[in-house]
Amino acid sequence: MTFEYAPALEATSVVKIKSEYGLFINGKFVPAKGGKSFPTINPATEETLSKIAFASASDVDKAVAAARAAYSKVWSKMPAAERGKYLFRIARILQERAREFAVLETLNNGKPIRETRDIDIPLAASHFFYHAGWADKLDHAGMGSSPKPHGVVGQVIPWNFPLLMLSWKIAPALATGNTVVLKPAETTPLTALLFAEVCQQAGLPAGVVNIVTGDGSTGSAIVNHPGIDKIAFTGSTAVGKGIARAIAGTKKSATLELGGKGANIIYEDAAIDETVEGIISGIFFNQGHVCCAGSRLLVQENIQDELLEKLKRRISMIRVGNPLDKNTDLGAINSAAQLAKIRELADSGDTEGAERWSPQCDLPSKGFWYPPTIFTGVTQAHRIAQEEIFGPVLSVLTFRTPQEAIEKANNTPFGLSAGIWTDKGSRILWTAKHLKAGVIWANTFNKFDPASPFGGYKESGWGREGGRHGLAAYLKGDH
Amino acid sequence: MRIDVKKTYKLFIGGSFPRSESGRCYEISNAKGVFIANPAQASRKDLRDAVVAARSAFGGWSGATAFNRGQILYRAAEIMEGRAAQFVDEIVAVEGVTSSAAKKQVQEAIDTWVWYSGWCDKIGSIFGSTNQVSGAFYNFTIPEPMGVVAAFAPQKSSLLGLVQTIAPIIATGNTVVAVASQKLPLSAITLAEVLATSDLPGGVVNILTGMTAELAPWIGSHMDIDAVDATGLTSAQDKELRVAGSENLKRVSTFKAEQSPQRILAFMEHKTVWHPIGI
Amino acid sequence: MQVIDGSASSIKSFLKTLSPVDQVGAESRAAMLATRSIKTSSKSWAIDMAISMIDLTTLEGADTAGKVKAICNKAVRPDPSDPTVPHVGAICVYNDMVKIARTHLDAAGGKDIPVAAVSTAFPSGRASLEVKRVDTEDAIANGAAEIDMVIDRGAFLSGDLEKVYSEIKYIKSLCEGRAHLKVILETGELVTLDNVRKASFLAMAAGADFIKTSTGKVTPAATAPVVLVMLEAVRDWYAMTGVKIGVKPAGGIRTTKDAIKQLVLVNETAGPEWLTPELFRIGASALLNDLLMQRMKLRDGHYAGPNYVTLD
Repeated sequence: MTFEYAPALEATSVVKIKSEYGLFINGKFVPAKGGKSFPTINPATEETLSKIAFASASDVDKAVAAARAAYSKVWSKMPAAERGKYLFRIARILQERAREFAVLETLNNGKPIRETRDIDIPLAASHFFYHAGWADKLDHAGMGSSPKPHGVVGQVIPWNFPLLMLSWKIAPALATGNTVVLKPAETTPLTALLFAEVCQQAGLPAGVVNIVTGDGSTGSAIVNHPGIDKIAFTGSTAVGKGIARAIAGTKKSATLELGGKGANIIYEDAAIDETVEGIISGIFFNQGHVCCAGSRLLVQENIQDELLEKLKRRISMIRVGNPLDKNTDLGAINSAAQLAKIRELADSGDTEGAERWSPQCDLPSKGFWYPPTIFTGVTQAHRIAQEEIFGPVLSVLTFRTPQEAIEKANNTPFGLSAGIWTDKGSRILWTAKHLKAGVIWANTFNKFDPASPFGGYKESGWGREGGRHGLAAYLKGDH
Repeated sequence: MRIDVKKTYKLFIGGSFPRSESGRCYEISNAKGVFIANPAQASRKDLRDAVVAARSAFGGWSGATAFNRGQILYRAAEIMEGRAAQFVDEIVAVEGVTSSAAKKQVQEAIDTWVWYSGWCDKIGSIFGSTNQVSGAFYNFTIPEPMGVVAAFAPQKSSLLGLVQTIAPIIATGNTVVAVASQKLPLSAITLAEVLATSDLPGGVVNILTGMTAELAPWIGSHMDIDAVDATGLTSAQDKELRVAGSENLKRVSTFKAEQSPQRILAFMEHKTVWHPIGI
Repeated sequence: MQVIDGSASSIKSFLKTLSPVDQVGAESRAAMLATRSIKTSSKSWAIDMAISMIDLTTLEGADTAGKVKAICNKAVRPDPSDPTVPHVGAICVYNDMVKIARTHLDAAGGKDIPVAAVSTAFPSGRASLEVKRVDTEDAIANGAAEIDMVIDRGAFLSGDLEKVYSEIKYIKSLCEGRAHLKVILETGELVTLDNVRKASFLAMAAGADFIKTSTGKVTPAATAPVVLVMLEAVRDWYAMTGVKIGVKPAGGIRTTKDAIKQLVLVNETAGPEWLTPELFRIGASALLNDLLMQRMKLRDGHYAGPNYVTLD
């Protein structure tokens, strides 16, 4: 007998999922106009979890009106320190109810409970705690004295980190004195709706946070609504460009966190075992549904064989399966549509002549799954070296000199993240200086913190989220 | 009696002064309608060449030390000071203002160079940060130049508006393709002559004269331009440029403040670097 | 496979081929593995495996024949009420207790349980080579089948790697064909994980059958990152030479939870083939009773108490 880990399932009894959810407008849950709704599922089992109200343009209208009233009557008049206290309260409630959020996120998103429990939810709480402290210190944010909020902010977030992205959006918006209309992703609305309950428990004034569920048309209604002063969007580059077009010529400003094709550069002198871990976390964390994933491995040619051998051995140990199992490393793909996209791009790797490798692993029969996969022999001209796959698929390329590594790393319209692995300090700084990317992890990867600004160069987006720099997006300066 | 030797006003691209490849020029008259000069009317191909020159100059200019860039900006002030009279004459002739008003504009332009010269080696420490993240990591954020910036100088100013536009862009290592005020372009070319003799590497500043409306769409859609200062555009032109610019997500800004560190930051990206702290 | 010819330069150039260790990355990997949740059937398997891997240890100035005999009995029958409990991996004692332990184990039905002797002027190792020789010879002559020697940390830290290497090689020559050699690195004194990796390879190159973290007299002892790095070392050594070297964490492993974390580290680092007492041992004393109490919990469905397991 070998050491097989018996299933260690997280209990789901901590969560009570309602049979249906309304829109959260002006502090209350209300049905969508016309009662339209859509189902939300567990991507690991394809079971329906609940029925979600579908917000039309007129529902968005109501939400914007509520946010505007809350802004002008309550939120903008409240002393900043008091505003901050609400955020502290929210942070605390998120910590208290962390397990409930973790289980719900895993159920609705398909990501492993280990990640929701240890990363998503604690980080979401810390984002509120961090920004709470900013509320009464905005004079020190580097935007001149007494910078002003925009007013009503429209926020549209993706499905890969549902609650965490919500916190990245709502925490700085509220701390800087804005009110919010937020649309969670179509496939992952549940933690946002549970967050609405947290707002109620915190006693947050009605209308300060409004959550409208729906699809792309709901998001578009927010973006194009004349009552919105500022847009914050995280999602695909294509949609981001559409938003940039839509707001051209209006008074709206926007922050955009878009796609990426992060290069993870491995020099010959890297600490190899920790590098292997960093590569794993870079591409398999959250099933690779990460805009800043290290999806292009650039390895110095003279250590390629040794590194790949170790990497493959390590990938073989990845535990794929039930996201509720505490020992699962790789969970379900979030949706059938995303799975189809991953398949299509990975298949192009086959047809374009790259060499595919996956470990032997049994995938569940129900739900959406993709095995951890690497392609070797990839060159810049392959689609899998250029396009964002947003799945557990790594493209391996080689380089010979640091200059070549930089040229290849920067040879993309994206510029979100990059990784550098070397034992030599001066080479880290040289490489970091030359990379065109907003977030650079040296000898680590996929680390996040509310104090650390996040955002991309080039087509990876506009602006930063997190840290002092992230506040700038929600404040009007004196220029 | 001696006949004046008049200046031919050409474009400034990659450190050289070419005519427009299109062979076009347009007529500039003074406020009373008297002919002054035939500056070049830049074409989209001139724009393309200017972007190539700006891109190739970017590595060297952004790689220069901040102290070095600061000295070069200061050098521009020094040389302008020596040629102040020429600028004053030109402004008086074109704008029809008094010589004391023209002199004030020139002095302010010179002082603008001096002000931004001092910013070159301070912007990082004022607007960068070390970030107190949880865990054993050193984490810092530094502002970096974006790359190639196109700029539409304000239409109502011959010199000052242009300097207020260019100086904050290049102070941090960006290179610029500046489109001069359509009706007041002559000082821009004289400024180019100053820059050409002030240790500024060729291609860091490129100046085009011509029709704003003709060049704006090509700038908006050019995929190798990273950002735009659209202050000199009309709101319709601004909108059109932003729509086209969405294709590569150009960072487009306009400014009310004449002089502000925000004009520098608008053309910088913040780069955040993480590294473990261990033994 | 001969990777070092014994000269200072060959040692230096061999150790230079080793990859550095990033402390934060190694700690984070170890911490991630510590979150593995081992339940029901896998827990019960792990508990029995851990019991069979224990080097049941008493290394006190106050050790007596009575104390040693008592742990020998415990080693053979950890739970007198339950014959399905496996016996431990070995008994680990000081030199002068070897004969008593061997005799008593044989008498108590523990003929197949080896006696390990700590040796070479344990725990400091501060003695002449001659003293270390006699210490080792004497233990083997009295029935020790395993020698737990300490490396000269002073020599290691001062850069005299040749001395460290040649001492291990010399002690190995005394053990050859008669006893297994476990080499104690005393990682708490080596401090950095880079040193742990270097010392691990140095010991393996010099002939160690096992590499062992600690004497138990220095803290920190068998921390998870240290064990991780040592497991990586034996894994890589196997890839390089085809020879499997054992690993023995010792010191600070007191609870079932600690022990299971160690087994997870083994399983996911060196690999499942290391999950045998031949290749993994845990130096411990109090651990055994905690494992027994957890075993009772799994068997009986309720929590046990310390009075329901024998003291020793």
